[in-house]
Amino acid sequence: MNTTIVSLVSMGTMGALFAFGLAVASKKFAIETDPKVDEIEEVLPGVNCGACGFAGCRSFAEGVASGEAPVNGCPVGGARVAKLVAEIIGVESDGPKRRVAQVLCKGGLAEAKQRGTYDGPQDCRIANATQGGDKVCSYGCLGYGSCVEACQFDAMYMDENGLPVVIEDNCTACGKCVEACPRDIIMLVNEEQGVHIRCRSLLTGRFVRPACSVGCIACQRCVKVCPTGAIYMENNLAHINYDKCTNCRECVAVCPMNTIVWQEGKPLIEKAVAN
Amino acid sequence: MRRVKSFFGGIYPDDSKKSTAEAPIEILAAPPTLVVPLLQHAGAEATPVVAKGDEVLKGQLLGQANGAVSAPVHSPVSGTVVAIEPRAHACGSSVTSIVIENNGEDKWVEKNSHHDPVQLDAATIRQRIADAGIVGMGGGGFPTALKLNPPNNIVIDYLIINGCECEPYLTADHRLMVEYSEEIILGAKLMAKASGARKIIIAVEDNKPDALEALRRHAGAIEVISLPTKYPEGGEKQLIQAVTGREVPSGGLPFQAGAIVQNVATAWAVTKAVRDGEPSISRVVTVTGKTIKEPKNFLVPLGTPIEYLVEAAGGFNGTVGKVVVGGPMMGGAQFDLSAPVCKTVSGVLAFIEEESITPPVLPCIKCARCVDVCPANLLPLRLEAYGMNKMWDEAQRYGALDCIECGCCSYICPSKRPLLQYIRLAKREIVAKQKKPS
Repeated sequence: MNTTIVSLVSMGTMGALFAFGLAVASKKFAIETDPKVDEIEEVLPGVNCGACGFAGCRSFAEGVASGEAPVNGCPVGGARVAKLVAEIIGVESDGPKRRVAQVLCKGGLAEAKQRGTYDGPQDCRIANATQGGDKVCSYGCLGYGSCVEACQFDAMYMDENGLPVVIEDNCTACGKCVEACPRDIIMLVNEEQGVHIRCRSLLTGRFVRPACSVGCIACQRCVKVCPTGAIYMENNLAHINYDKCTNCRECVAVCPMNTIVWQEGKPLIEKAVAN
Repeated sequence: MRRVKSFFGGIYPDDSKKSTAEAPIEILAAPPTLVVPLLQHAGAEATPVVAKGDEVLKGQLLGQANGAVSAPVHSPVSGTVVAIEPRAHACGSSVTSIVIENNGEDKWVEKNSHHDPVQLDAATIRQRIADAGIVGMGGGGFPTALKLNPPNNIVIDYLIINGCECEPYLTADHRLMVEYSEEIILGAKLMAKASGARKIIIAVEDNKPDALEALRRHAGAIEVISLPTKYPEGGEKQLIQAVTGREVPSGGLPFQAGAIVQNVATAWAVTKAVRDGEPSISRVVTVTGKTIKEPKNFLVPLGTPIEYLVEAAGGFNGTVGKVVVGGPMMGGAQFDLSAPVCKTVSGVLAFIEEESITPPVLPCIKCARCVDVCPANLLPLRLEAYGMNKMWDEAQRYGALDCIECGCCSYICPSKRPLLQYIRLAKREIVAKQKKPS
């Protein structure tokens, strides 16, 4: 009985002393932090994914508070978070340029010619290292879904035609699929862009035609018709300069191979274009 | 006689060489059209020096070496250049090739021959080897002149001439050793002079007694040794270990063990180049397999389409499952038989369908047979797991870069797992990561 009382009293006294000490220390040695950092961290998604380029949400918040990071720098949070962060900082956000992955090849099982069968491991990089897969075209999609496997946001799937499809609502532009593709056919593009040249073949039309029914044959029609000069030809392949493209779709109408596609639902863009 | 050591691991596959081991080399006339790829070697593609419509002579330069690691390419026939365009290549992708229409005249360019080439000095021999476009003809395709020119302060103790031909089915080197042993010996002497090697050793597997005998007849002071028949006895690092007892350090090159290894076919080509002044425009190719009607060894002009070779061997006999260029262990299956023979192609093998089935992959049972056979002393099962799970750093720590891609692990695996494919993937990723500055 006596022991119980003694221990209760002594432990209680020690507890009270330590609590007092800690309370004093926390006031006396407190580090001044920008209250904005905490506020910003509060509105961020908080998964520490690192897609912004900072070590985590906290360091991104510090970056925004000190002016190193843009208010719309969180690709996962999107427009909603950018708006909240902008309010905390007290600036106007022009909305983030949200980017999504675009697959720049249209040659699926129906379009691209097969030259044999590949029965090794179903991995694009292994197929690419083993005689370059089973399609004649050595630039296009191999079709074994390494990009889909790499996607951590359920934003990609392989369609029945053996091509990867991006679910743009889920895409966070993390770039994992871009890294996974051995053929470099996935690109991150601003979400608003709806016109894409879905071919990466650097061969001339004579060699593209027998290999694929939707490959770029470098006919130059799109270059001639583009009113803003956004399309240019390089190494027998049409390229699009997204900074100049206004989604006018003139090129889509003239492309004889249907290589250039228009994604339904994208807006017309007004851009200040030099020429 | 020297007690021959061996290397760790290795496998003993059925060598399947019977059908062509006794077949003399047949000289095959050039086809009407030849496709000469500008990439027949390790390194950068050669730069074409001819244009469409040009008349070319046999042995004329078509493409010059582009950079330090590269090799020139010469015309195998006299004729007209009809196109310079991407064409199918045995490596699987398209390579810029020079298409030549043979005019059948067989007219040579002026040959720069030498009656007593052993008198030439080392630099001249190396220059002539480089100008002739000679590359490792065993399959590696590394420019020979570069290999014969080790860094200044290194002394080469051994020049090992590799006549192992440890890949099953292939008999091209075997027949070359039997029929052209004199040229091989001279080539060995020239390469020893060019590299300053103190001692020449010719190594042949003991399943080729007639080749050993033919070489010994001309060898003189050169040592010709017989090695046990085991795959991959002809692997560069394995051969050095078996012959000299020295080990090439991890990540190192053969000269660090004081040795240079050259294939017998390369030695033959060196003699042709330095003595006769003929560039590397032909080679011996074995055409064999169950579906080839008359398996044969051919001496063919480089640039001959594979289908032409098959035709010359009597064509296919029944349904073909798979055509492999190179040996069955390390060669690549072909999609397109219009691909031409190039400097590194030692065989064309046609398999029946039953031999071509890829068996279903079963789970790893950790039996460690792959560890027992790996000649590079690696743990293939761990490396495969790391490759599958994209753990490149771990794969590098476990020595993935020391893998010689011999395929012993995949051959022996009772679960038929694609071990080599994943190790190769890991190697590529590690090399790509090292190149990327970050």
